[in-house]
Amino acid sequence: MSYEFICSTTNIIINSGRAALVEGQQVAIFRLQTPQGDKYFALQNYCPFAKANVISRGIVGSLNNKLVVASPIYKQHFCLETGVCLEDEAVMLKTWQVLIRDNNLQVIIADQKTA
Amino acid sequence: MKPKVVVVGNGPIGHKFLECLLELQGQSESYQIIVFGEEPLAAYDRVHLTQWFETRDAAGLNMVPVNFYADHQIECISGDKVTSIDRDNKTVTSTSGRIESYDKLVLATGSYPFVPPIPGHDRKNTFVYRTIEDLEAITTAAADAKVGVVVGGGLLGLEAAKALHDLNLTTHVVEFAPRLMAVQIDDGGGNLLREKIEALGVSVHTGKNTQDIGNGESRAHKMCFADETELETDLIVFSAGIRPRDELARACDLRVGEKGGIVINNNCQTSDHDIYAIGEVALWGGRIYGLIAPGNTMARAAAHDLMPTDTKSEFDGADMSTKLKLMGVDVASVGDAHADTEGALSYTYVNEVEQVYKKIVVSHDKKHLLGAVLVGDAEDYGTLLQFSLNKIALPENPEILILPAFDGTAGGGLGVDMLPDAAQICSCNNVNKANLVEAVQGGCWTLGQLKSETNAATGCGGCTALVTKVLNAELENLGMEVNTDICEHFSYTRQDLYSLIRVNKIQSFDELITKYGNQEVIPNLGCDICKPTVASILASTWNDYILEDKHRGLQDSNDHYLANIQKNGTYSIVPRIPGGEITPDKLIVLGEVAKRYDLYTKITGGQRIDLFGARSEQLPVIWKELIDAGFESGHAYGKALRTVKSCVGSTWCRFGVQDSVGEAIHIEQRYRGLRSPHKLKMAVSGCARECAEAQSKDVGVIAVENGWNLYVGGNGGMKPRHADLFASEINTETLIKYIDRFLMFYVRTADRLQRTSVWIDNMEGGLDYLKQIVIEDKLGICNELEKEMAHVINTYQCEWKTTVEDPEKVKRFSHFVNSNDIDRNVVFVKERGQIRPATEDERAQCQEQQSNKVIAIAG
Ligand code: SRM
Ligand SMILES: Cc1cc2nc3c(=O)[nH]c(=O)nc-3n(C[C@H](O)[C@H](O)[C@H](O)COP(=O)(O)OP(=O)(O)OC[C@H]3O[C@@H](n4cnc5c(N)ncnc54)[C@H](O)[C@@H]3O)c2cc1C
Ligand code: SF4
Ligand code: FES
Repeated sequence: MSYEFICSTTNIIINSGRAALVEGQQVAIFRLQTPQGDKYFALQNYCPFAKANVISRGIVGSLNNKLVVASPIYKQHFCLETGVCLEDEAVMLKTWQVLIRDNNLQVIIADQKTA
Repeated sequence: MKPKVVVVGNGPIGHKFLECLLELQGQSESYQIIVFGEEPLAAYDRVHLTQWFETRDAAGLNMVPVNFYADHQIECISGDKVTSIDRDNKTVTSTSGRIESYDKLVLATGSYPFVPPIPGHDRKNTFVYRTIEDLEAITTAAADAKVGVVVGGGLLGLEAAKALHDLNLTTHVVEFAPRLMAVQIDDGGGNLLREKIEALGVSVHTGKNTQDIGNGESRAHKMCFADETELETDLIVFSAGIRPRDELARACDLRVGEKGGIVINNNCQTSDHDIYAIGEVALWGGRIYGLIAPGNTMARAAAHDLMPTDTKSEFDGADMSTKLKLMGVDVASVGDAHADTEGALSYTYVNEVEQVYKKIVVSHDKKHLLGAVLVGDAEDYGTLLQFSLNKIALPENPEILILPAFDGTAGGGLGVDMLPDAAQICSCNNVNKANLVEAVQGGCWTLGQLKSETNAATGCGGCTALVTKVLNAELENLGMEVNTDICEHFSYTRQDLYSLIRVNKIQSFDELITKYGNQEVIPNLGCDICKPTVASILASTWNDYILEDKHRGLQDSNDHYLANIQKNGTYSIVPRIPGGEITPDKLIVLGEVAKRYDLYTKITGGQRIDLFGARSEQLPVIWKELIDAGFESGHAYGKALRTVKSCVGSTWCRFGVQDSVGEAIHIEQRYRGLRSPHKLKMAVSGCARECAEAQSKDVGVIAVENGWNLYVGGNGGMKPRHADLFASEINTETLIKYIDRFLMFYVRTADRLQRTSVWIDNMEGGLDYLKQIVIEDKLGICNELEKEMAHVINTYQCEWKTTVEDPEKVKRFSHFVNSNDIDRNVVFVKERGQIRPATEDERAQCQEQQSNKVIAIAG
């Protein structure tokens, strides 16, 4: 397990997303303001429906008590916590864990073996 | 042993009879059923026969559900003709030698096309138009033919002519009578129909009596007419009427009419009470009914007679009103179209410009509608038919039923509440108002559900509009409240949110959701429905820069990047080109920029130029160049004003009466940047020729000698709608005043993503009401509306200019937050000299090896 530093949390506007490059993979990072404080999520940036790297540009919000992002091209919703698509549960985005230390946003990269 | 029914003839009506019988079987004793059909196929939809040409596949016309016969233990014998009936022994015999006994016999043998016994009528390549085999044969012959003639200018003849025309033949219609569709419509209607059909390139020859068909000189046949004229052709289709196929009945001495047809009573029994006749072979009240609906009613009556139930069903005549589209022309005929009733009076409306002919025939006391003829515009058919069928009292000036509703007041729109319960709404399937109402009450709340439940509107479709009206009226009666909440986060409509924001001076989404959001929803963050909606309302109201931090996350992906996202995640760039006018220098800049960044370039349907294929981080750089050259955002990405199209107008055009380009530019610059519930499109034409297509826009302006005519509510796109004339001959000042008010009222009250067309269609009180508000200021809000608009106009900024001037904002366009790399998944291919997004296969190929056809555009 290792950590990769991405950016300062201030680089991400509240309730929106940015793409990041993590070990050659495109990751969409989101920052949401919730009653329990700010929450951060990392999901694959590639939208399997649009077949393009666009997830980070989707609108975030909540649906049925789930935190979600809507893909900007065809508007499917993905659960930010699990990556599961609400419209088609067979489709799932890869997710990463995010760690915030002193306003530094890091993504946790699992070892190949345990992944 | 079950009693046995034998049905002879497996056409639409024979089949309908089987369906009716099965429906009743559950309720009463059941029969063993056998059906004979002479044609190789089981029942198919003859009414829509012509649709065979679309696919050339009979499957599309099939009327029999899969396993229908097996599931109901019906024996269906196709391709076997019944040749005789033995009434004494109660048997029938078929060509294949089959002998079947019957307890009840149903003759549904239909009719055959009449071919006049002209010498040469049976030459090669002469046809009739009745079965799939006929159409197949016509198609084959047409392949080697250039010219085709249809003999007969009735309903079917014109349908056949359309088919020949579509088969690329030079087509002629030869009619004996002095006009087309002599049975259904009158002289006036016939003449207009003729003009319209000739405009399509089909020649019409009326008053022609064909005397001989012989060898032609340049074509296969020569037709000679009584007036000594001639016509040469390669193939001929006869469509000169139908004759009942009553030969079986004649041979066994059933009573037949003088001119043919098996005589039946109200139960559809023939002179032998064990034998029934239904459909086009039956003669009732001295009449053959050559339409599907009366046949269906007969089938139902016969089935009821075989299966007595509490509900009686009889055939007691039928209305022969028809509505159809012949060669793209709407034609309808209701009741006594020829004003044959004694004392009948008629009103006629003829519009030569729009090619519309309408006539109504009323009783001598002007109380009741007896008949009508509509050509060119048959929208009033449903209403007129109901007036005539249900003897609804006519309004004082019956002519308003057919006069156009210029000011939105007239228009004989019939409130469905006026219809009696027994009013037949769908004649094809005998569905009356009470049936529909009952179904709606039983839970059919959509047109789709209502159709499958009642079968209404599933035949010819002519009643669809009326069925919808009944549905809506009943939903309203039920006090149905459709949930109009915009989403789970707000129990408000867009209109409510708009008022809340304006009245309470709400400046951000957070403020709105904290104060007015649904408190039960946790966490209450909004979603991709309410966020862009609120963003749009905030912009229409306060007109802040939309990429301010507090607004940015609300924006739809296109607004978010001030560009239209494309399928591969790149963006397109559409600078504003007001009125479509552009200098050569600016054109050169667009060309240069497109070349420098290798963008795909296309002229849009909105008279401007779209540059496709920019990666997000390129957007600010490209826009910087465009802005330096004097361009500004075109808002192609926003629910906002798009383009104001223009035609060249009086400056150049010899017909123009006003400077349409100048006015289009004026209007586009006035409203650029205005955010609205949906996109807005406008156009200005320099004269009535309307080259800017203003009548298909949300706001359309057409120059007239003394000023402008203003149109509103037009739409192209998915459901085109012509704009309504809103004000005529107004000066520029009034024009702008009305548009200001109209647009702001739309912004205030429309639903999200509702174009002006739908907004007006759904507005209670319609166009009239809109006029009262915008022109007469009935609500006293015009001042406010103008002020609100003035605020938007005065606070306009080019969003791209603001963006490129702020380095912090520009940074956010980079693809990655932590790298300067670009999106390697974006790959383009050259096609016709420009880039296009690579397909998935091409992308894979490119990743494998750098082939020269596929180019990765790297930074
Ligand atoms: C670029 C263009 C096609 C072209 O190459 O000509 C275009 C492209 C798109 N149109 Fe359009 N429409 C374009 C002219 C039109 C026109 C013609 C016109 O404006 O005169 C129409 C019919 C007129 C009308 O709107 O009434 C038109 C009716 C639509 C509709 C149907 C709207 C409706 O009310 O039925 C949509 C879908 C929608 O908005 O929901 C649509 C949606 C779209 C979208 C936004 C689809 C999408 O979500 O990706 C396309 C994005 C374009 C882009 O990325 O730049 N486009 N579209 C045209 C841009 C004109 C411009 O300069 O701004
Ligand atoms: C091109 C075209 C367009 C039309 N458009 C419309 C329209 O828009 N609206 C409308 O209301 N009507 C329309 N009609 C008329 C409509 O199709 C007829 O009213 C309807 O088909 C009549 O049905 P039927 O079952 O009585 O007769 P048919 O459809 O003629 O069916 C009778 C069947 O019985 C078979 N048969 C006959 N004798 C025997 C026998 N001895 N043994 C076994 N089988 C036998 C025949 O082969 C035939 O298959 C149109 C007709 C045509 C040809
Ligand atoms: S017509 Fe359809 S495909 Fe063509 S530009 Fe418009 S939305 Fe896109
Ligand atoms: S009247 Fe033909 S479908 Fe209803």
